[in-house]
Amino acid sequence: MTGWSQALSVHPAAADETATLTGNRGLQLEEPLLFEQDSPGHCGVDLPEPPPHKSRLGGLERKSPIGLPGLSEPQIVRHFTRLSQKNYAIDSGIYPLGSCTMKHNPRLNEKLARLPGFADLHPLQPAATIKGALELIDTLAHWLKMLTGMPALALSPAAGAHGELCGMMTIRAALTARGDARQRILVPESAHGTNPATAALCGYAIDPIAANARGRVDLAALKAKLGSDVAALMLTNPNTCGLFEDEILEIAAAVHAAGAFFYCDGANFNAIVGKVRPADLGIDALHINLHKTFSTPHGGGGPGSGPVALAAALAPHAPLPWVVHGDGGLELVEHAAGPTAQSIGRLKGFHGQMGMFVRALSYMMSHGADGLKQVAEDAVLNANYLRVRLAGALSQSYPGTCMHEVLFDDRFLKDTGVTTLDFAKALIDEGFHPMTMYFPLVVHGALLIEPTETESKASLDQFADTINGLATRARNGDTASFHAAPRLTPRRRLDETTAARKPVLRWRPEPIRQEAAD
Amino acid sequence: MRYLPLTPSDRQQMLATVGATSIDDLFADVPKLARRDGLVDLPLAQGELEVERALSRMAAKNVSAGSAPFFIGGGVYRHHVPAAVDHLIQRGEFLTSYTPYQPELAQGTLQSLFEFQTQVALLTGMEVANASLYDGATSCAEAVAMAHRITRRSKAVLSGGLHPHYREVCETYAQFSGLEVRALKPTPGVADPIDIDNETACVVVQYPDFFGELRDCSALAARCHQAGALLVVVVTEIVSLGAVRSPGEMGADIVAAEGQSIGNALNFGGPHLGLFASREQFVRQMPGRLVGQTTDADGKRGWVLTLSTREQHIRREKATSNICTNSGLCALAFTIHLALLGESGLTRLAKLNHAAACILADRLAAVPGVRIVTRNFFNEFVVRLPIPAADAVTALTDKDVLGGVPLSRFYLDRADLADLLLIATTETATPEDIDIFSDTLAEVLQ
Amino acid sequence: MTTLRFTKDHEWVRQDGETVVIGITDYAQQQLGDIVYVELPAAGTRVEAGKEAAVVESAKAASEVYAPVSGEVVAVNEAIADDPAKVNADPLGEGWFLTIKLDDPKALDALMDEAAYAAFVAEQG
Repeated sequence: MTGWSQALSVHPAAADETATLTGNRGLQLEEPLLFEQDSPGHCGVDLPEPPPHKSRLGGLERKSPIGLPGLSEPQIVRHFTRLSQKNYAIDSGIYPLGSCTMKHNPRLNEKLARLPGFADLHPLQPAATIKGALELIDTLAHWLKMLTGMPALALSPAAGAHGELCGMMTIRAALTARGDARQRILVPESAHGTNPATAALCGYAIDPIAANARGRVDLAALKAKLGSDVAALMLTNPNTCGLFEDEILEIAAAVHAAGAFFYCDGANFNAIVGKVRPADLGIDALHINLHKTFSTPHGGGGPGSGPVALAAALAPHAPLPWVVHGDGGLELVEHAAGPTAQSIGRLKGFHGQMGMFVRALSYMMSHGADGLKQVAEDAVLNANYLRVRLAGALSQSYPGTCMHEVLFDDRFLKDTGVTTLDFAKALIDEGFHPMTMYFPLVVHGALLIEPTETESKASLDQFADTINGLATRARNGDTASFHAAPRLTPRRRLDETTAARKPVLRWRPEPIRQEAAD
Repeated sequence: MRYLPLTPSDRQQMLATVGATSIDDLFADVPKLARRDGLVDLPLAQGELEVERALSRMAAKNVSAGSAPFFIGGGVYRHHVPAAVDHLIQRGEFLTSYTPYQPELAQGTLQSLFEFQTQVALLTGMEVANASLYDGATSCAEAVAMAHRITRRSKAVLSGGLHPHYREVCETYAQFSGLEVRALKPTPGVADPIDIDNETACVVVQYPDFFGELRDCSALAARCHQAGALLVVVVTEIVSLGAVRSPGEMGADIVAAEGQSIGNALNFGGPHLGLFASREQFVRQMPGRLVGQTTDADGKRGWVLTLSTREQHIRREKATSNICTNSGLCALAFTIHLALLGESGLTRLAKLNHAAACILADRLAAVPGVRIVTRNFFNEFVVRLPIPAADAVTALTDKDVLGGVPLSRFYLDRADLADLLLIATTETATPEDIDIFSDTLAEVLQ
Repeated sequence: MTTLRFTKDHEWVRQDGETVVIGITDYAQQQLGDIVYVELPAAGTRVEAGKEAAVVESAKAASEVYAPVSGEVVAVNEAIADDPAKVNADPLGEGWFLTIKLDDPKALDALMDEAAYAAFVAEQG
């Protein structure tokens, strides 16, 4: 049980609210759907008249309208501008989502990704015309290999979960190749949901490992579960409680001794980038989230990029295509033959998230080896600073030093009538995006805070002061204001129950109602 | 360093507050063996000017599609994206926001995704669409997995007209999930014989197919349904649906498509945009995020992520997919571009594409030795040449024409396809481009 | 005479001769929050004690409903498929899930009675 429950009580608007004719409130503007603003036949693009031609569509011409609305460019710019104003973003303020690494997205990255030499390049162009693209991919791979200490890199996965799938597929392929098919994957209880979901997609059974009292993997429990049918351990390090697995070398040794592979979820790489190399921890495969550690923008839910660093034993199984150093320079190898004969095959339509590669490399080159090390150090310092500033008011789940994120639970709200959810919604009224709630599942009512290195001390102080203030308010019994929150956003708490019971997943035109006879 | 706000004095103060003497105190849990003195062997920090110079040099070594007469398709299509799209998606509230888990702070993203889902459903003629997947190829693999879940059958039949990369991705996924994938032999210009039995979970066809061919799949849909199987229709050129009947009209159960053509640049293959739509009765088996409409505590209309129990963060190993991050910003670009086009704009854009292809086909057919293989097409077709197509492409490239993709690039073991060239054209090709292409091809074939 | 028993997974079982009716307890529906969806097996399906028989979902959680006993499903409650809120409103009555024909009529003896279950719930805190 997550301890989540939605207290959706209907609270009247605050007494001093002024009703407006439009529903707009100052700079907060209401905006209907595109489909509700249709001017039939209208268009926001001017296209020439098609030249005369004889149709070769084979009689499959569309006979009925699609139903798309027509609007002019000014209307559309206004529509999406108004929508954007209803979003919180890193550009607005601290976005302390644990394990998401919501760091500043440098605008240089956007500029360089849009260079025509990168953006206006087709993946199927002849080799002679894409040399710079292969050079960029190779350079990015080099940086990631140096930072991870691993000898090989698979660049095609489109996001972290896709990278996990890639890593687990290479592990399964390697075991199958040595005639040692195994059935079980060990996954800590605190793991992100993508880990067991990925293992299941690879046809594995998942066996959870408990944490010890210090919030780390219980080494004895791990050793007890290892056996000749375990294919791999999937670990996140630092883990989802924000703690470094200090017994990681013993863990790696035990896993390898059992003939299994050690997969690491690299979502929390920001804590150690430039300071610790995963290869030195005994890791065999690690996916990296370019949209976390390397600042490519989250964009409201993607696109991401999840390249996978691979140990030598797994490298032959990397997915196609490979970018290799050939006689004539860099080559794109798209088929399994010779050195690529043992590849698991293709995981994506084309070569990978090139647009994110450009952004990530721009970020890496801007920071350099020294800057990246500073990133990890500032990320960990910022999180510990918040830990200490919040330690009095909140209940830290695992006392002591944390890495780049700190985990609290809802013990501090005991007997207040305020849940983690209510607390987060009150934080919204204060102008902050809440921390990650209810994850990891190993503590009750989790609050996982990751500030990242791009928050200033002043920003951290304001955030900490606010949280401490809310905690005090909760303990003083001001339950009603928490239950009513948020009150100041364009929409208040939304009815997720009805949305799930009676899903309305698209707009449909209103049926034409007949006038009542009487 | 310009992206790091902490000053040395801040760091000192904060270390003191934390009770650490140096930053390395906070890394005490790292095993000694893994601690490194000094820096990783990589260049040091650089300013914007230096980084821009370095990456611009790399970009300059590429021949951008717009710098030459350009006729390459094969699953990625070069269309003109209006300037407003890129400006809007770079608004910080869109670019730098996260997945909309706190709906009160994300009505912008949620409303635009609801609009996106509606657009995709309308275009494909299906009842419901999700908020995007990675790309068309992984959408196709997810569709096969979904058909397996729904029918509880383990065999998928892939038409020979399916994009070979999509086929490969399906085969990779199936290899590990235990599904059986039967890929039929590619036969450009000739419809596959498709056998459906009571082990078949789904049949996957592409429309238009990889060779550009347009075929009505209504009869196939009926055959599938009679056998208790599902029809998955793949669309790699989404603009085609501005001109031709939708897969939904023809009886598709699931549509897996690539949305890159609308709103998104070529980007050397990524990021692209996976579209996914199905019948409403199957919605609980759908992968990926779904945005649903609801009301708030004041009764005002709003949007939330919904049916989340299908997804990995709740269902974990029993989730419909492991997908988390998808293609949010690419979906937004699609929504904005399609909003600008509207019904009349998309219809006209599709006509322009088709007209360009018809004109090009006639010009090429007049080149001695060239024969058009595809009978009915939208904006892409296959031609047969009197020499290996790969040689023709090399010669064309030497003369600064990006004239299509040889099928031999995809089918190494098919000597019978080595003289076939896959050619696409869009509204971005000018009459001059078409002239240069056909003249240069004639030269090359002499 | 009907016997009412409970499991550690917060299911209730009411026996009436050779068949039992099962559902989830009031504690379970409270923990889950508003139920939005239930997934029920088809009549005629075999269920095994301790294995998944149905799924109950709220907006933010999905929970397996385990068969407390082994047997054959003879009826499912379509009413809760149409209106999952019934499970919240009346979990031991209108919110019932399945009727199972028991393999072993003595199977309920091993389960907690009402008093034992109440104590078990109190321990959950």
